[in-house]
Amino acid sequence: MIACTECTSSLDLPADAVEGEVVACADCGVELEVVSTSPLALALAPEVDEDWGE
Amino acid sequence: MEPVPVAFLASRVRPEEKLLLEAYARRGVAVRRLDERRLALPLDGSPPPPELDGVAVVHDRSVAFGAAVHALEVLEGLGIRCVNPAAVVRACGDKVRTSARLARAGIPQPPTRLAFSTEEALRVLDEELGYPAVLKPAVGSWGRLVARLNDRHAAEAVLEDREVLGNWTHRSLYLQRFVRKPGRDVRAFVIGGETVAAIYRESEHWVTNTARGARTRRCPVDGTAGGVGDLAARAARAVGGEVVAVDLVEDVDGSLLVLEVNHSMEFRNSIEPTGVDLPGLLVDFVLAVARERGPADARRTPAVAGAGTP
Repeated sequence: MIACTECTSSLDLPADAVEGEVVACADCGVELEVVSTSPLALALAPEVDEDWGE
Repeated sequence: MEPVPVAFLASRVRPEEKLLLEAYARRGVAVRRLDERRLALPLDGSPPPPELDGVAVVHDRSVAFGAAVHALEVLEGLGIRCVNPAAVVRACGDKVRTSARLARAGIPQPPTRLAFSTEEALRVLDEELGYPAVLKPAVGSWGRLVARLNDRHAAEAVLEDREVLGNWTHRSLYLQRFVRKPGRDVRAFVIGGETVAAIYRESEHWVTNTARGARTRRCPVDGTAGGVGDLAARAARAVGGEVVAVDLVEDVDGSLLVLEVNHSMEFRNSIEPTGVDLPGLLVDFVLAVARERGPADARRTPAVAGAGTP
């Protein structure tokens, strides 16, 4: 369990979460990026940029 | 795990990147993660940063086209082999370049024009393409900013928006005849020159991206001339693509036309309907390149001939 950086709600991350993975907070809906797995840390995920894609 | 000199370039880890990392792990291969946001590369002949020590091959999965194309170009200059090569990413990430390559290779596309002013765009639409037509940003994905121009009034409004609100990249007006597709398009996956799988993307909406909610179903890979397998492989070859996804559309007469080629393709919705282990095949391709490339100490000479020239 870790707290959402925006609303402080508790989040359950997948056990196999990796750095760079993005999860959504179920409470406030914000997208959070896993910036570290050891220790576990989240940060607000960057907005989708115009050149992002496939 | 087996130390293999492969680095995995990605910032945002989508389900695809996670599946690829899992595929490497299943093969007992420890890849080094590289995040372009935390990477500074030498442009002046200085030694490469320590993150690149021992790296012979970079598997690019960056979600950001601009960063990826620059990073890969510099990495190739350092003698590192990239999959896909920088020139392929450059050709696929810009629809103008993609179309130019496809045209040069004689690959069928919908009637498509490039204009640089609203006036010329309207003339081309009125006199050559007709309505409806589609305006696409040269750089972009997931159906963003793709506009259907049903008539001249719509075209005038959208073009004015682009002129006033867009940035310089929106001054290259990529215009295409609207294809009345049968509620679906086709995505074909090409790995190492072979079309390994394809899906139909079905939607009631005229935009059939899975990012916009399209459903997926297996599409047979027809290798006969002009079929999905053949055309996708030829389109991949036209852009130099080693691992790409080719989007095709069926015209009203049933003939296939190529719409675009994706260098960092998403495939999360394509594994189950096709039954093809796409992440496994992609990883096996990169590992084969790494074996062929050899150890990183051979990386002082550029690996890809002509990589710096589109």
